[in-house]
Amino acid sequence: MIVALIRTGLIELKRDRVALGLTFVLPILFFSIFAIVFGQTGSDGASRVNVIVVDEDGSDASRRLIDALAAEPAIRLRTRTDADGNEQPWTQDEARAGVEDGDVPVAIILPEGFGSTVGRFFGDVAPIDLLIDTADPIAGRLVGGLLQKTAFTALPDLMVDQGLSAFEEHGGPMTPAQRLAAGALKRFLTTGGGPIGEGNDSGSASDDGFEFGGPITVNTIDVHQSDERKKNPAVSYYAAGTGVMFLLFSAAGAGGSLLDEQDNGTLERVLTSRISMTGLLLSKWILIAGIGAIQVTLMFVWGQLLFGLPLTAHIPGFVAMTIATALSASAFGLVLAAACRSRAQLSGASTIIILIMSAIGGSMFPRFMMPEVMQKAGLLTFNGWSLDGYRKVFWNDASLVELWPQLSVLTILTIVLFLVARLLAGKWEAA
Amino acid sequence: MTEVLRITDLSRSFGETEALRGVNFAVGKGEWIGLLGPNGAGKTTCVRAIAGRVRPDAGVIRLFDTDVTQAGEAAAAARSRLGVVPQDIALYPTLTASENLQTFGALNGLSTSEARERAEWALEWTGLDGRRRDRVKTFSGGMKRRLNIACGVLHRPELILLDEPTVGVDPQSRERIWEMLGQLRDEGASLMLTTHQLDEAQRVCDRIVIIDHGCVIADGTLRSLIAETVGSDRRVIVTLDEPVGEGAFGATVRLNGTALEVTTEQVAADLPMVLEQVAGLGRRVEDVRIVEPSLQAVFLHLTGRELRE
Repeated sequence: MIVALIRTGLIELKRDRVALGLTFVLPILFFSIFAIVFGQTGSDGASRVNVIVVDEDGSDASRRLIDALAAEPAIRLRTRTDADGNEQPWTQDEARAGVEDGDVPVAIILPEGFGSTVGRFFGDVAPIDLLIDTADPIAGRLVGGLLQKTAFTALPDLMVDQGLSAFEEHGGPMTPAQRLAAGALKRFLTTGGGPIGEGNDSGSASDDGFEFGGPITVNTIDVHQSDERKKNPAVSYYAAGTGVMFLLFSAAGAGGSLLDEQDNGTLERVLTSRISMTGLLLSKWILIAGIGAIQVTLMFVWGQLLFGLPLTAHIPGFVAMTIATALSASAFGLVLAAACRSRAQLSGASTIIILIMSAIGGSMFPRFMMPEVMQKAGLLTFNGWSLDGYRKVFWNDASLVELWPQLSVLTILTIVLFLVARLLAGKWEAA
Repeated sequence: MTEVLRITDLSRSFGETEALRGVNFAVGKGEWIGLLGPNGAGKTTCVRAIAGRVRPDAGVIRLFDTDVTQAGEAAAAARSRLGVVPQDIALYPTLTASENLQTFGALNGLSTSEARERAEWALEWTGLDGRRRDRVKTFSGGMKRRLNIACGVLHRPELILLDEPTVGVDPQSRERIWEMLGQLRDEGASLMLTTHQLDEAQRVCDRIVIIDHGCVIADGTLRSLIAETVGSDRRVIVTLDEPVGEGAFGATVRLNGTALEVTTEQVAADLPMVLEQVAGLGRRVEDVRIVEPSLQAVFLHLTGRELRE
């Protein structure tokens, strides 16, 4: 008897392709996506941080540092050219605006006098300003660390010169033996190898107890620091991420009412009344979008009440994004429902598709922290565009006009999805 | 009689299967017809074609003198005078009776106030007035069935397509349903009934259309169909207290234990003769039954006894 029941269960599983997919394919698919997202497979696929560098110094040292930064695989320097193809330098204001608007997460300002003071550990120095957008907390820290590293690797001679100069200025002249040791160290740093005591009778630097620690001076400036509306960027991000993901789930579930009505004969009855299939789909689309918009709004209101999410300060952008997102999600739900033949099939398909879209699109994990290829893939998803829009609203204070790329894509997506749903729903029309 | 529906040479195939092969019949104003046939005969396809849910390959459906096979406003207007009551309980289970009625009223073109007014009528008509605020999912099968019918006739259709209105309900609900439909008949509604309950069709229909293998194989009143098929002879069955021996009666009388059976067109003349013979044999009559030819006999005669899948 037990064997008979096991056999029956296996036959049922084998014949239910959705269940089979959920059991065996979905876990592997998810593992692969998360391995790509979190594992950063391959250096080419790793995330690169876009950075604007403003060179106000124009010195050899600043140019060497910029070249070294450009060579860093984790950084992509944002450049621009004029009509003749000549590179145009950025100004400090442009760099700040770029970070404030969310075009880049980080900007580096190399101030006038940077080259003449770099490497001084104390005294008068011209500090580098690192403008950061804390909406991307990783980028600022990454670039800050790389700045220290590149300064040491690209400007070792200047670091030693300036360091010793400062030392002599405050501590008195060095002895001949000390100068010899410093020269050896400088040669070592500039040539990049060889024993430090080579040609130096006084022994190795370590023997003499030299310490070469200490960073270049960097002022990290949060461009939104003074804005009370941006106390906690993560809250608005996760409200949007979670809200959009669950909006998709509820839209798919609500779209499934078509399948319920198909099963209990209500759909047939409704279609024998005066309403057309297009009218029926429109009514479902508006209803699901309305419910979805309320769902997302409740999420954000809750976020404001409990977690200080600045909803009331961003009403126009929020309303625009929420309406566009809900209309699009509603059309997506109708497509899924019209494409499936049963509730069970819809449930399986929507779970697979929505979880994958949410993972790639950034609902579960910020896209800016993903490998570059995944960031681009995220733009193929509904979630990617929607979350970008919410991020611009809540973090970059984007106006309605500035939301045009996201609103346009979501609107086009809505139209296309509705047309696809209408096409697929033809199966319910007069045969 | 003015016709509300005329179907001419209606054909429809699904792949290799010819569901309808030149179907012809009509429904007159105020007439009730039964559209009968074995499973897979083409009844459902025919009803769905009339309701606009199946496009015919060929033929014409004239509804209220409008060809509804041609799409357009005229066809839509004609179909708005049609009421469709499906066999399935096609209701919204989480809505109340009143809400369901108002929804289907609105879908069939009634204004909000009209829908509300007609819903009141329907609640009384169906005997569901006391359950108006209850969700349909809490209703019994008979209550759902009555509400299902009401939702199809709220907009006062002149022709009602009624598919198996009493399937799965108890005798009390069945009687109530036929009472309800009787009121519609009194108001002059035409009705096309699709059913396997042949006794009900026999009881309520003015005319019977039998369809099989996609063709109409019989169309007429019950009396005419009986006459044309199994004949109008009635069976007289007399049950005795004891069996009688072979040869006690003539060849026209069949013996089966204590029962003797005579098939005759002249019951009034033949029955007294049989009873006289029984008395002459010293037997006592315990029961007499006169069985008239039924629609079932006609149906089986025309469509055969083999199972249809």
